[in-house]
Amino acid sequence: MATVVTQRKACTVNPLKMSQPIGAALAFLGLDACLPALHGSQGCTAFGMVLFVRHFRENIPLQTTAMNEATTILGGIDNIEQAILNIWTRAKPAIIGIASTGLTETKGDDVDGYIRLIRKKHPELDELAIVYVSTPDYKGAFQDGWANAVSRIVQSLVEPAPKKKENQVNVLAGSHLSPGDIEEIREIIMDFGLNPVMLPDLSGSLDGHIPEDFSPTTMGGTTLGEIRSMGASVASIVIGEHMLTAAVELGIKADVPYTVFDRLLGLEANDKFLAFLSGLSGRPVPNKYRRQRSQLVDAMLDGHFFFGGKKIAIGAEPDLLWGISSMLAEMGCEIDAAVTTTLSPLLEKIPAKEVVIGDLEDLELRAKECDLLITHSHGRQMAERLNIPFLRMGLPIFDRLGAAHNLSVGYRGTRDLIFQIGNIFMANAHEATPDTWAPIVERGDFGAQVTAH
Amino acid sequence: MAGLNAKVQEVFNEPGCEKNQGKSDKERKKGCTKQLQPGAAAGGCAFDGAKIALQPITDVAHLVHGPIACEGNSWDNRGAKSSGSRLYRTGFTTDVSELDVVYGGEKRLYKSIREVIEKYDPPAVFVYQTCVTALIGDDIEAVCKAASEKFGKPVIPVDAPGFVGNKNLGNKLAGEALLDYVIGTEEPEYTTPYDINVIGEYNLSGELWQVKPLFDRLGIRVLSCISGDARYKEVAWSHRARATMMVCSKAMINITRKLEERYGIPYFEGSFYGISDMSDSLRQTAKLLVDRGADAELLDRTEALIAEEEARVWKALEPYKARLKDKKVLLITGGVKSWSVVSALQEVGMEIVGTSVKKSTVEDKERIKELMGEDAHMLDDMSPREMYKMLKDAKAEIMLSGGRSQFVALKAKMPWLDINQERHHAYAGYDGMVALVREIDRALYHPIWEQVRKPAPWETAGAASGY
Repeated sequence: MATVVTQRKACTVNPLKMSQPIGAALAFLGLDACLPALHGSQGCTAFGMVLFVRHFRENIPLQTTAMNEATTILGGIDNIEQAILNIWTRAKPAIIGIASTGLTETKGDDVDGYIRLIRKKHPELDELAIVYVSTPDYKGAFQDGWANAVSRIVQSLVEPAPKKKENQVNVLAGSHLSPGDIEEIREIIMDFGLNPVMLPDLSGSLDGHIPEDFSPTTMGGTTLGEIRSMGASVASIVIGEHMLTAAVELGIKADVPYTVFDRLLGLEANDKFLAFLSGLSGRPVPNKYRRQRSQLVDAMLDGHFFFGGKKIAIGAEPDLLWGISSMLAEMGCEIDAAVTTTLSPLLEKIPAKEVVIGDLEDLELRAKECDLLITHSHGRQMAERLNIPFLRMGLPIFDRLGAAHNLSVGYRGTRDLIFQIGNIFMANAHEATPDTWAPIVERGDFGAQVTAH
Repeated sequence: MAGLNAKVQEVFNEPGCEKNQGKSDKERKKGCTKQLQPGAAAGGCAFDGAKIALQPITDVAHLVHGPIACEGNSWDNRGAKSSGSRLYRTGFTTDVSELDVVYGGEKRLYKSIREVIEKYDPPAVFVYQTCVTALIGDDIEAVCKAASEKFGKPVIPVDAPGFVGNKNLGNKLAGEALLDYVIGTEEPEYTTPYDINVIGEYNLSGELWQVKPLFDRLGIRVLSCISGDARYKEVAWSHRARATMMVCSKAMINITRKLEERYGIPYFEGSFYGISDMSDSLRQTAKLLVDRGADAELLDRTEALIAEEEARVWKALEPYKARLKDKKVLLITGGVKSWSVVSALQEVGMEIVGTSVKKSTVEDKERIKELMGEDAHMLDDMSPREMYKMLKDAKAEIMLSGGRSQFVALKAKMPWLDINQERHHAYAGYDGMVALVREIDRALYHPIWEQVRKPAPWETAGAASGY
């Protein structure tokens, strides 16, 4: 439905996009006892770490190979070796995930080759899993980095299984899902008597909980054993279009069939999901969800008055944009401005005239007449300038509490999001004044809708 | 790149820095900090440091030439406040693509500068070099020169790509950019014998505004602050001040010293944190100004103001003294802040059970010893695990540190207070000291501690019945 437009200006103003390496790092942070490292200068790591600390309000174990000018030109094998050994001695992780950066990709470090040499030299590291992913900063976006990391985790660690585990299913979870979303999806699947392995599982590591003791690595997430066992699952459930490659890899490597759910936001989207689970498990949909579905239908009925005809501006990565724009269009809103970060087959299907791959300046230019702005926290300056209501979605959300628990999947999550957005519309309704219907000549805006900001 | 290497060496050889002068030639060449350890390093890069130092200049467009990571992952994330323009909070970046990496990014940079000037018309554009564009050989100096000539506006290259070193080095390279291209290029409308520079103050949470009224009352004019709440032209005419106060010791010592060298502006190093340090800073400012020709009665007025303010602040602190006496503080921060905060906390009777001295100079350490006695617990490099243990075992009752280590305290269910750059409260000057003590008191006596430390009823032995 939408025309996809790539911005042709030279200068990006107020970036919406973040880079691949930190997307990869966050995927690694969803693995248990993991310590990711970026192969780049120490600033690459520092920026990513600060960003995640502010979003999750949690300690973020993230290291660096601390490249400098000389080591970049000579090649980073020594830095990678030292980084692995230092991390191993200090933190004893089960997994080290390494993501490259623009710096080391420009030089052209052969990190896979380096790791083979390091492994040969250090047999003491045999029990340590090392996953490397190539994520140049100057290509793609956050979501691509996440997707590439998960593909590499699957390629490097999943083992083909001679015998399937009857009730085990894989869930390949996209970067648009919060820890709260992942927890919700797990609960739904388990209610069908299935045993899900979530990859990555941020709900174990970054859901904000109090561990028993200090941990230098991630304090939860998908365990190495669980990842290895994913080949024994009977099916892969793919949440988010960008996780498709990882699912295909899993299919090739361990012969696990997959089904893609490009969103779990909205009534029909969840109907399909639950019908699928029911078919897969051979169990009827539990009463709990029949009740939740009914509540969602009621929420849609109660809320639709406030959504109809509202103009929305959204800045988000492709999969999040697809989910939220589809749900809002189903509720009667018009997606007037849509800006995203990177290419995706979903973009053409977005219910908007145009989807721009661009920045928040592009969104601001298009959002002037909108009733609601939806984007990450960096939209705050724009919302203030345009004086329109602002709902924070995506990452980073650094100026509100509870980002890890924002729910936007399932009947329940959809219901609550409808309430939340509907309340914003109600709170910002334009009340009539004596001049609202004043003679048209005086108003001077023949036929235009009253907008009294 | 040769130019940059020379700059780095120059910055490493800092005659104004006592620590530096204590080194051998060979040591000096290696720079101010230990070699970074792969897999065990923390902290920002030189680009980060340059941005921290210059971004508070509010009316300038700060344009980052590099891939999306450098600006996209980090923009608008610091608490420097502005009384005017908001342009400094707009994120500008060339967001170089793979094609730029192959064919060079200079054209994109030039076009970007043009777009920024056409759309936002700032008094100047600061262009920041980054690792990738440095590695492919983009000559930002040449592009800035061409753009400056073409568009008739200062376009300032800030050559501090991340991989040349740490944040502190970036601060200094940012200072060099100001010295090479900005300072001395504008003249103030008028000057007075009471004009000062404040260098190394970033107006985080508006701290400059806690101190400026004190100078105002003495008739002292902050001619330029580098760089908190600064306008471009104010930085450009800083060479006309009569004296400089250098805050936060080593970050911008090169600007301070070269202002003295080139323009004969004397300086002193002071702090706005803590009562006695604040008073001392006012005193020294007045003295330097009088030495340079201001009326000597300024000294008396300064003493009168100090006496009045100190009396006022002690009265405001009185109610906290009994509540905070002998409370044990773990202080994790760097450099000058250690001793100035140590003395501030001791003023209300708190006990410092440890303070980090990772970034402190020999003199900083001496000061701490003076304040805390010979058995001062100075920690060179404390691991998060050790901090956690100290708090968990209640060897410290509150931790004061930067945002990244907050969870070490919070996960141990212990009070924590942010004293670094992302903090939300302003702690400078006399009022700031009261605010700091009030926040410490609030943290220590917060009602949540009692509840959150209690185990769940089913976790205590023999509590099964009744629940």
